[in-house]
Order: sequence, then structure tokens, then C-alpha cells
Amino acid sequence: MVQTVIDTANHIAAYAAKAARVQVVAAYPITPQTSIVERIAEMVESGEMKAEYIRVESEHSAMAACIGAAAGGVRTFTATSSHGLALMHEALHWASGSRLPIIMPVVNRALGPGWNIWADLTDSLSQRDTGWIQFYCADNQEVFDTIIQAYKLCENERVLLPAMICSEAFILSHTYMPVEIPDQERIDEFLPSYKPKWFLDVNNPFSHGNIVPPEWYMEFRYMIHEAMENAKQLIPEIDKEYGKYFGFEHGGLVEKYRCEDADLILLTMGTLGSEAKTAVDNLRKEGLKIGTARVRVFRPFPKEEIRKLAENTQMFTIINRAISFGMEGFLTEETKAALYNQKDRPLIAGFIAGLGGRDVSFKTIEKIAKKSAEWMQKGEVEKEIVWVDLKE
Amino acid sequence: MMKQIRELSREEYLLKGHIACAGCGLAISLRLLFKALGNKVIMVVPACCTSVIPGPFPYTSFAVPVQNMLFETAASTASGVVAALRQRGVKDVTVVSWAGDGGTFDIGIQALSGAVERETNFIYICYDNEAYGNTGIQRSGATPYGAWTTTTPTGKRQRKKDMAFIMAAHRIPYVATACPSYPMDFINKVRKAKEIKGSKFIHLLAPCPTGWRYDTSKTVEIGRLAVQTGMWVLFEIEYGKFKLNPPSDRLVDKAKRKPVKEYLALQGRFRTLKEGDIEKIQKWVDEDWERYRKLASSSVSDFALHGKI
Repeated sequence: MVQTVIDTANHIAAYAAKAARVQVVAAYPITPQTSIVERIAEMVESGEMKAEYIRVESEHSAMAACIGAAAGGVRTFTATSSHGLALMHEALHWASGSRLPIIMPVVNRALGPGWNIWADLTDSLSQRDTGWIQFYCADNQEVFDTIIQAYKLCENERVLLPAMICSEAFILSHTYMPVEIPDQERIDEFLPSYKPKWFLDVNNPFSHGNIVPPEWYMEFRYMIHEAMENAKQLIPEIDKEYGKYFGFEHGGLVEKYRCEDADLILLTMGTLGSEAKTAVDNLRKEGLKIGTARVRVFRPFPKEEIRKLAENTQMFTIINRAISFGMEGFLTEETKAALYNQKDRPLIAGFIAGLGGRDVSFKTIEKIAKKSAEWMQKGEVEKEIVWVDLKE
Repeated sequence: MMKQIRELSREEYLLKGHIACAGCGLAISLRLLFKALGNKVIMVVPACCTSVIPGPFPYTSFAVPVQNMLFETAASTASGVVAALRQRGVKDVTVVSWAGDGGTFDIGIQALSGAVERETNFIYICYDNEAYGNTGIQRSGATPYGAWTTTTPTGKRQRKKDMAFIMAAHRIPYVATACPSYPMDFINKVRKAKEIKGSKFIHLLAPCPTGWRYDTSKTVEIGRLAVQTGMWVLFEIEYGKFKLNPPSDRLVDKAKRKPVKEYLALQGRFRTLKEGDIEKIQKWVDEDWERYRKLASSSVSDFALHGKI
């Protein structure tokens, strides 16, 4: 029976791990992720969840234990944030290079100094090149659904990569929302138990991760890239299939809202995407032909969808809750790169907003959109990067 | 307990063609490890000499499953493997972390401490060649006082960590030392460790002709001298109870031990020893032995309570 619960995204992520019948969890506490693994600990100790829970002494060890467990042939889960993710960095490469479908919610939090526990996407975006698939969620339902979808995707033989399921600190992690949790039998149907193609097996001994000389290394990297391309194809299919099963779809790679006839499209990620919808509705009333597209999957990057969106619009305004120092927002960079070889390119304006948890309301977004509309009229972007509401 | 080499299996799980240096102490030990455990074993190998010596993809000289892993993760990765085996209901497979001294004393000590505190059911073997061998002999926390390495060109001025005692202070059920020059001692310790539930730590002195600067034919002899001079001591701490093993148990009396000079003089790495260094090392060895003597004669069964000795 479908169950409607009202809970935080963190607890919802824990319920998703249970629903996915995760077998090994290795985790270390860090704000604001902690309540995910606390809830899992409760469920494991009560016997509600039949998993091994390894209470490691660091995030680096959490990822190492997940690699060991996944290589051991079982469905594996961890969760982290910010500095915890940064500490894992080396092991993230090893997980993807070992082609292990580990699923990890990342509760996006700012990096220090100074200490800041609030929302900022720089932590996971700066792990862009680790070979992990990256999803960014806009609400608690999407957190649940994406964790289930991600196991199905990542365990697919054409993918076999790990994935981060990102949600913003406090805005989602500690905010109560109603979520529908489908019937367990139906989830089991959608996501059957994990049958690894290879695992550490004394009856079939392999050496994994030994030295790979120059004459082979490139081929392994090519296969990871190919797996990412396969994932790009599979993500929308799995999202649709999930929709058929459970009634929720999240836009595949890019969730589009009122984009069909839009002259100006706001490109966002995460919860800014929900906020942008309100801004779009308000500005439409004022006569502006505006829409918004939320990039749900950052790796693999949905180049083709971005190009298609760009065909019929005059301008992209990109709002980043993250900054790549010395360049610009990550999403701005990637969008520009995706469009470079296109004949007709829209104007592109990049905004930096909401770093370290500063509030970005629909009103802030309306202000950003209006400034962009001015530039669109002039046919020129006057400022390459705008830091929204910066105290100067 | 096995008494003679001829009782051992003739099966080999370290295959021919590996690329360890001639006279490599760890390669001998690895072969002995498989003689002790057979092939129902999963190996976790962090960055160390052993990540190189099986040879490059698509070949390997290991005939057992191996998870090669990051430098500091020998113990944490094993935690995951052990958990996966339990979930899969596999009960007859031993998980062994096989790490060098750099991966154990230095970069991996946190993960090791955590894994044994969690009572992970595995055997952790540190094969100690007293330097970062794979990267070309740099100083580690296991390098002894006075030894030349490429990063201590005039000799290390600090003493080696007492790793076995650090592990014993974790109150794990089994800690032992070993050396491939005493193969049956090592094999029996591995077999004993296999039967004990929980975290087991074996500290294995693995003489390294490349790093220690001695002739490749002398590995076994060097290992024996390490024990005969008392610079390396064969013991085990089983459920907190300390016990000297042969032949170390016959060396409590200083007169029975050879002078440390005999061990040091054979190795080029000790050529940089300064005046008074040999006496200093001899004094430390004798002091350590006083501690072993007291421990061996104590009836205290929780090693951690020995702190005051």
C-alpha cells in the first residue's frame, strides 16, 4: 500500500535506502547529513532494515568500506556533505574506476573556512570529474524517487557507475514535506535484487585494480566515458518507467517549465528550480515570455537537451548556487561549453546567488530575470558574472 | 600446530612470474601466507610493493581474489568486504589485509585503528620492510633509528613506533610478530589467527635487500640475525596475554643474545651510524627486553592493563 509520510528529505533518503533493500551502509556523521545515517542506524538496530551498518571513523573510510562491500557483491549505500565529501575525493575516483554502483546522497553544504553548514552546491560540483553520476533534487519526493531510480540505473550493465543524489542543506534536508512511499512489493518489482556481474569470489579469483600500463589505461577511461553516455540515454527512460509504476516523473535529465515559447529561460539546479517556477508564473503575468529549466543531472551533462532548448530562445539566464573561483558558476561554464559549436546561440548571463545558505526567494529570481530581460532587449550581456545581493 | 615444512600443501597461490626483487622478504612471506590459508581467502592490498609485484593487467600472479585499494584503506576496505560476505552468507572465507609499513604505521593507521575498534573479523598483516620500498626507500614511521633512506640520507634520528603494542592497546584478541626466516612460526600464527573471531594483527619483519643494502642471498640470514640479536622479537599477545615464542623465548638472558652490531654491520643502510649509535641501539634493545621479561612473567590477562610496566 502506498504510504504518505510527512518528513524531512534526510529521513526520506533513509527510507529510500530501506526500500531499495540496501545491504551494506558505511557512514560517518557530518552536519547536515547526519540524520540520514541516524535514521538508518535506528532501522538497522530495530531489525526493520536488514543491512550491515559499518560505523567508520572517517568519510574516507566510509567510501573505502563501500568500495569493499560493493566489490564484495552487495548493494551499498553511504551519505555525506561538504568536507566529508572532500575527504572522500580520492576514493570517489576509485569507486567509479572500479565500476561499482554505490549510491550516495550528498546534502549540499558550504565548504570552510569559515565554518558554514548551510546550502551551497560547490561541494559536489567540485567533484564533477570523479566519474560519478550526479543528480540534483528539488523536493523530498524527488529525493526518494531518485535514490530508487539511481540503483536501477547504476546497476545496469551498460552503466556500472556510482551516483550522488544531491539535495540542499536545510532547504530540503531538514524540511518536512509530504512524500508518497510506494508499496514495497512494487518497488521490488521495479528494482529487483542486485546481481553483480563480478565480485570478489574465491571460486572465480580476479585481481581488481592492479597495475594498468599505458597500452590499456585509456581504454578503461574510454569505457567510463561510454558508460556516462549510456546513462544519459537511460536516465529519461528509467524516470518514465518509474512514472508509470508510481506516478512520479522528474523531467529525466532536465525538468522544463513553460519553456515552449519562452524568449528567456532561467537555467537552475536543485531547489532554485522550484523557486524559479513561482518567479516564472509571476513574470508571465507581467507579459514576459519566460520559462525555466532545471538541470537535474549534471553528470552526464545533458548537452543535447541544452542545445535543443537553445534553438528557440533568445537568452539563457543561469543561476548558480556555487562558484568555480577564477571562472564562473559551474552550470554557466558547462552550458556555454555545450553551445559553442552551435550556429545560433542565445545570449548567456551568469548569476551567482545564495552561497553558504543565503536565501534566494522567487523575488530574488524575479529581480535576476528582469535584469536579464533588459539585456535581452539591448541584445547584449553587460556583465559576465553578477553576484546577487553582494555587500560591496 | 605444524612442525615441519614438509607438512605444508604443495599448492601455490602466488604464481611464478611475479616481479618482486631477488631476495624479497615479502614475496617469501606471501607464499607462506597462502601455504597457511589455502585459497579460501580474499586479499585487500593497498598501495605498496605488493600492488606492483603481481605484474600489470591483463596478468596477475595471484591465484586468489584481490581487491587492490588506496594507500590508507587496507583496513577500511576489508570492513566492507567482511560485511558483504556476511550479507551473502559466506562463512568459510578469510579476509586478509596485506599492507606495508607505510600503509600501516603512517597513512593507514587511522583506518586500521578504526577497523579493529569495530572488531572487524579479519587478519591484518603488516609486512614491514622499514621504509617506503615501492617508491624507492623513503623513511617511514617503521624505519629504525640510524637507518639510511633516501629521505634520511644521514640516517634517521628517531626511533621506530612499537606497532604491535599499539595494536595490543586496542584490546584485540590476537597480536603477533613474525619473520619469514622462521616460516613455521609465521604459518602457525596465521593459522591460529584464522580460527580466532575478531581483529587479528600480525607484524611481520620482511627483510628487503634493495632498501637495507645487503646481498640478495642473505634475506633469511638477516631475518635470523634480527631475532638472534633481539632487535626483532617473536611473540604473541593472545586475548591480552603476552608470550614469547621460540627462539625469542630463549633470549631473555642478555648473554644469550648476539650483540646488535652483528645485525647492523651486515646492512649498508646502517653505514651512516654515528659514534655511540650502536651502544645507544644496544641499550634500547636491552631495555625493551626488560619489558618483555616482565610481560612474559606477568599473569595479567588484559594487555592494556600493562601500561605501568
